[in-house]
Amino acid sequence: MLSYIIRRILYAIPIIIGVNVLTALLFFYVNKPDDMARKILGEKNVTPAAIENWKRDHGYNLPSFVNTEEEGVKRVTETIFFQKSVPLLWFDFGRSDRNNIDIGREIKTRMWPSLAISLPMFTAGLVINLFLAMMLAYYRATYIDIWGVVLAVVLMSVSTLFYIIGGQYILGKILRLFPISGYDTGLHAAKFLVLPVIIGIIASIGVGVRFYRTVFLEEINKDHIRTARAKGLTEGRVLFKHALKNAMIPVLTNVVVSIPFLFYGSLIMETFFAIPGLGNFTIDAIQSQDFAIVRSMVYLGSILYIIGLILTDISYTLVDPRVRFE
Amino acid sequence: MTPILKVNNLKTYFKTSSGLAKAVDGVSFEIPKGGTFALVGESGSGKSITALSIIQLVPEPAGYIAGGEVILNGTDIVPLDERKKREIRGNKISMIFQEPMTSLNPVFTIGDQVMEAIVLHQDKSRTEAKRAAIEMLDKVQLPDPERLFNEYPHRLSGGQRQRVMIAMALACKPDLLIADEPTTALDVTIQEEILKLIREMKAQTGTAILLITHNMALVYQNADVVGVMYAGKLVEVAPGKALFRNPMHPYTVKLLRSIPGHEKRGKALDTIAGTVPPATSYPKGCHFAGRCPREMEGCAMIEPPLTEWAPGHQAACHLYDAAFMSQPHSRPLRQEPDILPPLTVPPAEREALLEVKGLKTWYPIKKGVLKRTVGFVKAVDGIDIDVKKGSTLALVGESGCGKTTAGKSILQLIRPTAGEIVFKGRDLSSLKERELKSHRSLLQIIFQDPYSSLNPRLTVRETIEEGLKAVRPGMKREERIEKVASVMERVGLSPEMMARYPHEFSGGQRQRIGIARALAVDPEFIVCDEAVSALDVSVQAQILNLLKSIQRDFGLSFLFITHDLSVVEYIADEVAVMYAGKIVERAPTAEIFSNPKNDYTKKLLSAVPRIDERLVSGWRLPGHDILKQD
Amino acid sequence: MPVILATDLIVYFLAAAIVYFAFSVMGEGIAARAWAGIRTNRLALVCMAVLFVYFSIALLDSVRYRDRVFDDSGRHALTEKGEAIYSPQALSLLDRALSDLRTNTEKSYSAPFARYLFTKESVELPNGEAVRDYPAMKHPGAHWLGTDKVGNDVLFSAIKGVRTAIVIGAGTTLIMVPFAIFFGVIAGYYGGLIDDIVQYIYTTLASIPGVLLIVAFMLLFGTSGYQGGLISQSQISLSFFVLNERLFWLALILGITSWTDLCRLIRGETLKLRELEYVQASRAFGVSKPGIIARHIVPNVMHLVLITFVLQFSGLVLAEAILSYIGIGVGPQMGSWGNMINTARLELSRDPIVWWNLFAAFVFMFSLVLPANIFGDAVRDALDPRLRTGKGWH
Repeated sequence: MLSYIIRRILYAIPIIIGVNVLTALLFFYVNKPDDMARKILGEKNVTPAAIENWKRDHGYNLPSFVNTEEEGVKRVTETIFFQKSVPLLWFDFGRSDRNNIDIGREIKTRMWPSLAISLPMFTAGLVINLFLAMMLAYYRATYIDIWGVVLAVVLMSVSTLFYIIGGQYILGKILRLFPISGYDTGLHAAKFLVLPVIIGIIASIGVGVRFYRTVFLEEINKDHIRTARAKGLTEGRVLFKHALKNAMIPVLTNVVVSIPFLFYGSLIMETFFAIPGLGNFTIDAIQSQDFAIVRSMVYLGSILYIIGLILTDISYTLVDPRVRFE
Repeated sequence: MTPILKVNNLKTYFKTSSGLAKAVDGVSFEIPKGGTFALVGESGSGKSITALSIIQLVPEPAGYIAGGEVILNGTDIVPLDERKKREIRGNKISMIFQEPMTSLNPVFTIGDQVMEAIVLHQDKSRTEAKRAAIEMLDKVQLPDPERLFNEYPHRLSGGQRQRVMIAMALACKPDLLIADEPTTALDVTIQEEILKLIREMKAQTGTAILLITHNMALVYQNADVVGVMYAGKLVEVAPGKALFRNPMHPYTVKLLRSIPGHEKRGKALDTIAGTVPPATSYPKGCHFAGRCPREMEGCAMIEPPLTEWAPGHQAACHLYDAAFMSQPHSRPLRQEPDILPPLTVPPAEREALLEVKGLKTWYPIKKGVLKRTVGFVKAVDGIDIDVKKGSTLALVGESGCGKTTAGKSILQLIRPTAGEIVFKGRDLSSLKERELKSHRSLLQIIFQDPYSSLNPRLTVRETIEEGLKAVRPGMKREERIEKVASVMERVGLSPEMMARYPHEFSGGQRQRIGIARALAVDPEFIVCDEAVSALDVSVQAQILNLLKSIQRDFGLSFLFITHDLSVVEYIADEVAVMYAGKIVERAPTAEIFSNPKNDYTKKLLSAVPRIDERLVSGWRLPGHDILKQD
Repeated sequence: MPVILATDLIVYFLAAAIVYFAFSVMGEGIAARAWAGIRTNRLALVCMAVLFVYFSIALLDSVRYRDRVFDDSGRHALTEKGEAIYSPQALSLLDRALSDLRTNTEKSYSAPFARYLFTKESVELPNGEAVRDYPAMKHPGAHWLGTDKVGNDVLFSAIKGVRTAIVIGAGTTLIMVPFAIFFGVIAGYYGGLIDDIVQYIYTTLASIPGVLLIVAFMLLFGTSGYQGGLISQSQISLSFFVLNERLFWLALILGITSWTDLCRLIRGETLKLRELEYVQASRAFGVSKPGIIARHIVPNVMHLVLITFVLQFSGLVLAEAILSYIGIGVGPQMGSWGNMINTARLELSRDPIVWWNLFAAFVFMFSLVLPANIFGDAVRDALDPRLRTGKGWH
């Protein structure tokens, strides 16, 4: 068990290094620092000297991967890759290209608003989706199920953008139930979070309910469910005890698969609702073409995903006795 | 005495895309208290659906009980509401299933699952229920029931899981236990133990048993009364011994005569022409009419009722009905001879075609953080066998003994770890893949599963042609097609079916295609890997006849890998018994069956259920005496 | 003078694939199996028809050519060397068919079917007096879905978004399928080191948040490409081909970020197929590994490809809108529903609100994505009965 977890963590190391190298290739090799400087300084009034200055100020005045002018270890260390990318491995994100802000500190302060919106959205959404899916599975092959699936397909055919715009317009502007956007510190944030959370959940229902329903139905068709029925258990007990616990195994994978999606979802959620989280930070960086921030966020996202994968494997062992004892 | 269960004209239908499938089409029988009724039939005969209908678990909404009664202790349970049915399920009627590996919920402990029914149906506290559950686990002779109570199913073997299922089923002392193919997925030695357990439990509790199986020998040894099902109907019901002494329905006779065994060596097995009609389009009269060797005009139109012709012996056949026979329309349409034609293979030559010396196939076990090899699974652990030209060596053993790995290692489909495989004087294991290529055509393989052995995307011609293209790249297209046509004809398929795809064929036909594929490249040695194990007995007979006849015609040598000893007795010249990767005994067939030396061989042979061989000569088609006079 | 964009090739290929599938429903392949499942499903047939209409629009919008420029005297203009001069505008067949919609522009916003513009302006009365009133439109009643801020017909913009959606929804998968099949199959069949490498590649790629990879890629490559509108001579190579196209880069990077799932599926299926008996039989004949892969493995994983193709379609269409909204999608000149939503967002806060831009984008998107979802489900049910729900008999 312990050796299994250790092995999973060791497996993650080459992947983290791979992500690191890949982002470095993309950001330093394909996109030369000269281009970066030109973009930041503006296309028009760029002199070679200005570019050199900018590169020196931001630490891009080194070769990308191998410094032929240096000797020994310095051939490797005195490069952009080693100075800019390798420190990411110990979460040293450096400074942004444009305003020279400390990215690491920014991430630390901005992750809380992000969490404040995504955590309730995710947990409440999961509970609601699972519950609705189970209802459909319970009433499978009846009109409740059939129309429920139709509704789910209709819901999932609407872009999140419409849910957000429509929700803001109806709930915020017409009905004036919640502030349309904004954020506040501490508990005062709650009133700003209700609307995005509600909208986020509604937007996830279509896909979620349909997926979990399939998972439940797959479980319901297993042999051991027939055994449970042959014991004389009620359909509810068959479903909520026997099928549910088995269904938790595929559900867990999906929950972790959703973690990068959460990141993704809050990207637009946060801009629409003006929540000063990481998503907003990233969007600002994209729009101002601040590559240092984008690179840091790519790396951070990958790390979160890899942690998610490891957590899935560990959580398997909690639900599935077949894994627990191997 | 009132029966525990009385099934009266039960009909269970399924709505399918191709129409209404009458899976169970009017079945009636009864089981007395403490009796064992065996429902026997080939796949698709409707026996499992009958069982599910009795316990009121027909898969809805596609299936439904269309008519009839299921009377348990005097009450018809079909019209009861769902709550009442649940009180019966697991309490008055319980059921065990074919697949012990998947029938238990993997995420709950054994104890939890056994207790569940007890808590549900009996007024017991959890501590009492736990005690009762542990007691049941003990009764089904599971070791250390206290510990097992907290164990999860995956830690148990198949046989142990089936014991748990039995404990669960009998926990509430039901009136009726339905056992649907309870041992089909288990090894023969385990099968014997489980059946013994069921017999003992029956003796203790007086539970009536409905045993559902396709295995005639098992029925012979375990049933008081036997019902033979064919295409949704019972065609014959009789006390066990009476049925085997004097089978009446032509289907029963044909079925019994298609079972392989040593009494039938040197003869062809009996086969049944045609295929089972689909459940969506049964004939109006007798469902067997189209295939019956004694069909008369009118059989397909007028349904024969299940009638008692001898005390306790019922059959649904017009042949016994004097009134029907005297009708003007009832003239015989077919009169098949009653004797089985001889089918002998010339004696094998003395020289060995294939010699296997010290064959080992090991798989590394990797463990720990760095996945170091900590040991080996010795799937095949040093076996020596030889196959003489023109003979059949049977490699028998239970699942996991390494027999299939051995077969594949011999063919170099799996590269062995050590040992020599000398075929016609050359050691195959020392050859490189390219050098092997020239030998490939001489050694071929026929597989078990007629479904996964053919690529669904290729036509029959493409499937059979593949080998020719690989082995004889110079062959012209026309020559190839000619060859394909000739092998298809040889295995009993019309060459006109060349352009069809596998899904258009039945299981038996697919198996023929598989044989044709191997034959096309003119092999000398064929590994038959459980080649007839997945087939119904009447289809199995056709394939065994075919295998024997091609062996005779082409002088082929077979390595027959199987767990089915009745097939071995029928077809093999020599037997090698394999256990845990090693060969424990090797001898000519007659010798090993009459005088086994090894303990494991003895255990294996004694576990095989058998029909008294003296009865075999009595299995004759009705009306054979009339035929003789012609 | 014809102009072919990189994404036009995708649309042509798609058209060829549709024709191929239409012919092969008679055979035994996956097309036939899918069709057998769909032909009895009336709803799926209706959805297929809708999808076909959308695709036809995309195809019409993918055949384009540049007209010659006329000089003042009405003759074809020539360069000093006597070569023909072509307009920098490459109009598609669709543009030409809907030239009324395209050219009948107004000054600014107008509501659907309106006869007057949406906002008051100073209008000069016949008597020379100037009052603030709703000015009359140049083409009253001609704009079924109104006009946008600069007076372009909204219906036309929405129709122009069709091609973008189809290219992203279908083209992305087309681009990635060969890689997914190749890597998935070799990883599954050869195993060992090759498997380890392929698994490493796709786990690494999958662990990078897709949207950020897309952002990075588009910031690096997408900015200089053709973004719709006028074509500059420097963007054209081989005198008629445009490779450097923002939409193409977008489809490509979406493909790179989305091939891993299919690759994993194919690898898993290959692992299963590899052990199947017909593959063993083939090996017993000494058929080479590439031979077995071509005959037995690839044809038997194609159903996964088709299922992925139809199921990913709608998700990609939705993703395109979001990416365009963030500003890293197709360029502003390229018709796109995401762009329309982006502008519509501000219009909702006007008073009275301008709703028709959003409405048009919603209707067009919804009536593509909903049929795509239903059709996708039907195809999956037909090809993968394991996932079918109501368990029947045998």
